Amino acid sequence: MGDITKLIHHYLRHDKKFPHVWCPGCGIGIILGALIRAVDHKGYEKDEIVLVSGIGCTGRLPVYVDFNTLHTTHGRALTFATGMKLAKPRLKVIVVMGDGDAVAIGGNHFIHAARRNIDLTAIIVNNSVYGMTGGQYSPTTPYGMKTATSVYSNVEHSFSMSELAVTAGAVFVGRGTVYHAKLLESLMEKAFQKVGFSVVEIISHCHTQYGRMNRMGSAVEMMEWQRDHAVTMEKAAQMKEEDLKGKFRIGVLIDRDLPPYQDEYERVRRWSKGVGGE
Amino acid sequence: MKKKPLKERLLQGNEAVVEGSLSAGCRFFAGYPITPATEIAEQLSVRLPQVDGTFIQMEDEIASLGAVIGASLAGVKSMTATSGPGFSLMQENLGFAIIAEVPCVVVNAMRGGPSTGLPTSPSQSDVMQSRWGTHGDHPIIVLCPSTVRECFDLTIRAFNYSEKYRIPVILLIDEVVAHMREKIIIPDDEDIEIVNRVRPTMPPEWYIPYEDTPRGVPAMADFGEGYRYHVTGLTHDVRGFPTSRPDEVDPFIRRLFRKVSQNFADLQIGEHFHVDDADVAIIAYGCVARSAKRAVSDCREKGIKAGMLKLNTIWPFMRTDVEKVLRQAKVVIVPEMNMGQISREVKRVNKGEAKVFTINRVDGTIITPQEIMARIKEVY
Repeated sequence: MGDITKLIHHYLRHDKKFPHVWCPGCGIGIILGALIRAVDHKGYEKDEIVLVSGIGCTGRLPVYVDFNTLHTTHGRALTFATGMKLAKPRLKVIVVMGDGDAVAIGGNHFIHAARRNIDLTAIIVNNSVYGMTGGQYSPTTPYGMKTATSVYSNVEHSFSMSELAVTAGAVFVGRGTVYHAKLLESLMEKAFQKVGFSVVEIISHCHTQYGRMNRMGSAVEMMEWQRDHAVTMEKAAQMKEEDLKGKFRIGVLIDRDLPPYQDEYERVRRWSKGVGGE
Repeated sequence: MKKKPLKERLLQGNEAVVEGSLSAGCRFFAGYPITPATEIAEQLSVRLPQVDGTFIQMEDEIASLGAVIGASLAGVKSMTATSGPGFSLMQENLGFAIIAEVPCVVVNAMRGGPSTGLPTSPSQSDVMQSRWGTHGDHPIIVLCPSTVRECFDLTIRAFNYSEKYRIPVILLIDEVVAHMREKIIIPDDEDIEIVNRVRPTMPPEWYIPYEDTPRGVPAMADFGEGYRYHVTGLTHDVRGFPTSRPDEVDPFIRRLFRKVSQNFADLQIGEHFHVDDADVAIIAYGCVARSAKRAVSDCREKGIKAGMLKLNTIWPFMRTDVEKVLRQAKVVIVPEMNMGQISREVKRVNKGEAKVFTINRVDGTIITPQEIMARIKEVY
């Protein structure tokens, strides 16, 4: 058996759940592949991993993977994950969300999970649109783009979830694209290894909805767009701000050490028992 | 035999909920400050870390119940506490706990509504919300204490039911009972019956997480113990995987109902106070049951054969007991601090045997024994 086949047999619920729900050419397949390879490289046991998701195309990801999997309500994945992690800190908790899930309906939970520094990894698939419901604009749909609910033009401004995560207190934030699959894998590995709230934002594409409405072409053409508009952190540092207009940075945005919530709470437990004397 | 010292305490209703939850084995609480439930969070923030449990104050009530469900899936008995506005926010994840069959306890210390309403005044207006607040057809168990001791006992029962039937259980307290102080004697741990969820004993490869059983309640594996399975808010097949096949959805939804309906007898908690020979019967719950009890005693002194059925189980509705009362009494009075949420149920099961009258109060003040007496004089 080839290495990939071995990975598939080991990690996927291949005999139960396929075919999957995603459109042909969707970026989520590449992301799932990167996730599995990153988990495999880190050598985690399947039993210790909890994969949590919310609602949307990305929300369907956990069902295909042979971990402890939890498909929660829209936007609330991080809250379930918070309870899970604090109740059983030995579990390795990974949360996968889409852009609408993570920063629209779940925006508040995202900010506070980062602020608390809950020890888990949030993988966010940012395809700038609500795909599953038919392509409505999301908080990351750029100004001026067309969607099913902005057929004239989107008059709202998007924001950067990665920069938001940095400001809110995440200890690790990385951004990649579906095109840069190897980078994605290494960002995930770094995020998994990090103790504390880590974020990997992945610029993906929805050629079925967003691409079609904005005449951006096929999945391949949209991935080429990712290649042409992504600038590595190193390169961006050398560039002028005006040259970076319309482009986005990929790589590690922040990597810092802060005590995770469960360690801080362990101190609370000691204080509550009158020991520890800090 | 050496007599043990009595654990005699002067406690508030909310404090008794805290004691009850800890006795029941609750080791995780996530909540958001709200009057009149805040004391539960405050006290558990002190007590839970002492017993290696976890308290966390979340960003809202949606997050609170989400965290509670996550912790319960990890195998830890979990609870949250709130009041009307927060309970409204929790309806979303309450539905998740029902469909995914995750045990947990939600305390709702009722205040006047709708919306922000009467934050510091009592009410009983969430009776129907506790039954039907979350969308979709679903069963639910709702318990309602009227004394501080019942706050303790019913909190334990709430945990026991939730573990036994894999269902969220709502403890519906009104502001009066939540904030009232009474002397209670806390029983010894060995005298308290504790029920824990049935966990699978078969090897993981044989485990079918949502398998139907005679009891209708499948065994529940903790996450991270080798039983890797899928939990979802979508309708699912016996393996937990999403399905929309009619032949799988129908038995699943019916099983959710069956696990409660076939155990009605186990779920009925109430008090029969002089009701067996009563001509005038009062059906009451929560703080109003206290006034009703006084009114019954006063009536009996005056030679009026009055009695009270107190409902501690609000949902599933205590139909058998209520029907018995309707058959016995000539007149039934349902006093409640809402526009008639339980009286509607009483009228629904009444087959013309008794005349059903109501007393409704929605001004944030309690119904007094005198008011009930006056109503009895008026209708009987």
